Amino acid sequence: MTTPPATEPAPPGGPVAAVELAGLTRRYGARAALEDVSFSLAPGRTLVVFGPNGAGKSTLLRVLATLLRPHAGTARVLGHELPGAGWAVRGRVGLLAHEPLLYRDLSPRENLRFQARLHGVAAERVEELLDAVGIGLRADDPLHTFSRGMVQRTAVARVVLHDPELLLLDEPRANLDPAAAALLEPLIGRASGRSRVITSHDPAGGLEEADVALGLVGGRAALFAPAAEVDAAAIGALYR
Amino acid sequence: MRTVATLLRKELLLERKVPQLVPAMSLFSVTTFVVFHFALQQRSVDGDLAAGILVVTLLFATILGINRLYVADREEGGFDAFLLAPVDRTAFGVAKAVTLFAFLVLLEVVMLPAFAILLLGPGMGFEVVGKLVVVLLLVNVGLAVVGTLVGALAIQTRARDLIGPLIALPLLVPVVITAARALSPVLGADGAGALEGRWLGVLGLYDLVFGLLAYALFDFLLED
Repeated sequence: MTTPPATEPAPPGGPVAAVELAGLTRRYGARAALEDVSFSLAPGRTLVVFGPNGAGKSTLLRVLATLLRPHAGTARVLGHELPGAGWAVRGRVGLLAHEPLLYRDLSPRENLRFQARLHGVAAERVEELLDAVGIGLRADDPLHTFSRGMVQRTAVARVVLHDPELLLLDEPRANLDPAAAALLEPLIGRASGRSRVITSHDPAGGLEEADVALGLVGGRAALFAPAAEVDAAAIGALYR
Repeated sequence: MRTVATLLRKELLLERKVPQLVPAMSLFSVTTFVVFHFALQQRSVDGDLAAGILVVTLLFATILGINRLYVADREEGGFDAFLLAPVDRTAFGVAKAVTLFAFLVLLEVVMLPAFAILLLGPGMGFEVVGKLVVVLLLVNVGLAVVGTLVGALAIQTRARDLIGPLIALPLLVPVVITAARALSPVLGADGAGALEGRWLGVLGLYDLVFGLLAYALFDFLLED
């Protein structure tokens, strides 16, 4: 297992790192959900975060999305330090959380139009995405009548609606069948060309997608290495 | 203003598609008037008693509304989705206050006729209605502003159904007292009495102070 902390080398004078953490700590009461986590991610690259339940993966995504404040250490996202410059980051990240962050009594079209207005995005983009995620025919049905997979597709449309530079994806393929996963690939997959931080419980699938792998155990970084240098057994060890 | 309009539109769309707050508050207020109608065993009420019944019923109906004001946002992730958008966070509070104000106006459209039929003997003349509207608009502003603030505070806690009323009731006592004082002569037995400017002034001052307070604090209530 590779020993953290480590950083992914970025070319000197090159573009600003998509994510740069140094000693990041976040607590819930007395319990540290993240403790002394440090890494950096170059733009356009994909970091996949592994770790057992309660390891701090979702908390990490919420800190990067500016929804939670760091309690110690520094966190820079797209070159802006959090939480002070959070305003400069909002609207440039897309968070796919466990919850879809959509109103169940509204239809996908109503939800996306609402989000589009908040982000200053044209209504045409909503129609484009409804087709892209394959729910155009049911775009006016209330979300509470949808299967989990259909809700997840709508959530993906919400995440990329404003064309974010950084995607924060919490188990993005949960509830998706293989065809739906393939359909969403251009939006949130490597082909999207965006910087990505993804959480996963699938060692093989996650490593295939990753440029860099981060393993969290008990809120601490237990592994940080280029994905090519990590095997599934090392990821499996995080769960023991 | 564009963000407030967007949020307001969403609130009204949600209530139109799945009516919850206005029907619940309306049903509560009408039921309360029915209870008073039979419990008091009087053909009609007037003055202090009538004003007290009207204002207290409005207060408790508002508490119902406050408790549900943020539920969809909290349970369905609307809060987080909003916080991820590059917009002024205070807009959320302004939109909620305007929403609650609009719902209170709709509630009063239902509750005032019910109040007149069940508890006011000769009914309400236009003069009474006009004065009631003036006072209730000022009352609604206070209820909406404090309700928005308290609702945002309570929704962050697990015991939100308890916390909301426990904080809101003491804060709203001045509104109840002042509104009842203002309405007592209006609902007098011998027709519409004069509205006293000092009570309207107190209500206006309350609205201003809590409006400014809510504007200053709301952003922090949404913060982690």
